[in-house]
Amino acid sequence: MPILQVNNIYKSFGQTKVLDDISFSLERGQALAIIGSSGSGKTTLLRCLNFLETPDAGTITVNGETLFNAADRGSTSDAEIRKKRLHFGMVFQSFHLFPQYTALENVMLAGLMLAKERPDYKKNKKEIHEEIEHAAIGLLEKMSLEGRMSHYPHQLSGGQQQRVAIARALALQPDILCFDEPTSALDPELTGEVLRVIRSLADQHTTMIIVTHEMAFARDVADHILFMDGGVIVEEGTPAELFENTQNDRTRAFLSRFSQNS
Amino acid sequence: MNPSVIFSNLFQSFGINCTIFFITLLIALPFGLIVAFGAMSRFRPLAYVIKFFVWIIRGTPLMLQIIFIYYGPGLLHWGQPWNAMGTSGRVVATCVAFIINYSCYFSEIYRGGIQSVPRGQYEAGQVLGMTKSQIFFKITLLQVIKRVIPPMGNEFMTLIKDTALANIIACKEIIMMSKEFINKGLIWPLFSTALFFLLFCGVLTLLFSWFEKRMDYFRV
Repeated sequence: MPILQVNNIYKSFGQTKVLDDISFSLERGQALAIIGSSGSGKTTLLRCLNFLETPDAGTITVNGETLFNAADRGSTSDAEIRKKRLHFGMVFQSFHLFPQYTALENVMLAGLMLAKERPDYKKNKKEIHEEIEHAAIGLLEKMSLEGRMSHYPHQLSGGQQQRVAIARALALQPDILCFDEPTSALDPELTGEVLRVIRSLADQHTTMIIVTHEMAFARDVADHILFMDGGVIVEEGTPAELFENTQNDRTRAFLSRFSQNS
Repeated sequence: MNPSVIFSNLFQSFGINCTIFFITLLIALPFGLIVAFGAMSRFRPLAYVIKFFVWIIRGTPLMLQIIFIYYGPGLLHWGQPWNAMGTSGRVVATCVAFIINYSCYFSEIYRGGIQSVPRGQYEAGQVLGMTKSQIFFKITLLQVIKRVIPPMGNEFMTLIKDTALANIIACKEIIMMSKEFINKGLIWPLFSTALFFLLFCGVLTLLFSWFEKRMDYFRV
């Protein structure tokens, strides 16, 4: 059974159709890359998965549990949406770290908030705090940020900020980690460090969806690639299928534009 | 008349100005935030009503509002609530007018501060499963505070000087007191009141620059 099953998602903003019958699935431990030009609906799709946008139609199922069904929206309280969101982690294009917190505090914050809902929180406050801190330190070390834990976001480079953001998203152990153009806001010399981290996550079989403009990276890391254009999935397949045996003219045009640029 | 006696009289009456200043802040600072949330409410009718009210308050002179609050109830035959309070009635009436007026100004400052926090900050909190109030208190609030410090510094300085308007309803603040000396033929006490305001604003300036420095550890 796929860990994520997305069926017939539609989304319009006013008159503009942004997502037009999107369906795909994702197996546990796989990395899915979504490519396509700006305005093709890639980011909106990720935002729908994270409940930042509500699809007009369609269903989203994770682990066999239907998280979203446009036809049956009976009970969507804030608390329920919050719980559903935790299936997904999100790494934004422009990081969105909390400026008033250190790198470590950024990674710990959400965990601490969630821990408050645990029935044993008052009793084991100190242990829980240490546990969360320990896990956060471990994640930042994994991101090679040992010496940067007590730095504030403005004291970090873009690449370091994005790695903190990845650690922050991983801290809640989401089923699926989403990346929305994680390197697009970075100077070219800083993209490498972020891509390396994502690659190592893929090597550890983290289930991921990566929206990216880094074609070489997508080809290298992804198990499966979707090419989107005008709100529809035009073509999909393994990197080899998509890049070497392109079926669709639009995909071919898009890819050739990219190989010219790079 | 002995200048030190005059200064001690002025000093005492400046206590009224300070009282109006602190009571107004104590209530208008939190109340302004509530007004700001009202103006940003997704329930449109509430937002419109509040925006209309803010327009009235910001669009009319504070002096007129003080007069209205103090004399209004009597003129409308609603009784004399301020007289019933005795000597402090005038101070209370002034405070009420100031609280209403400054809540509206503060609300606009808060609104600007809240709306200037990037959308991404809310969304980052949302995708991390945080509740609305957690997002506000743990993420947004401090960023708002940092952004509103400079305009708030301005408002605080305007406020202490505005307290002089209370003399319009014969509230015995420092300008009113100095007018009594004019009646006795002394003009200099009136101009010496400037020293009190200058000193007060000097302290405010120092306080605000200290606070700004304290908030310097992060950037928004």
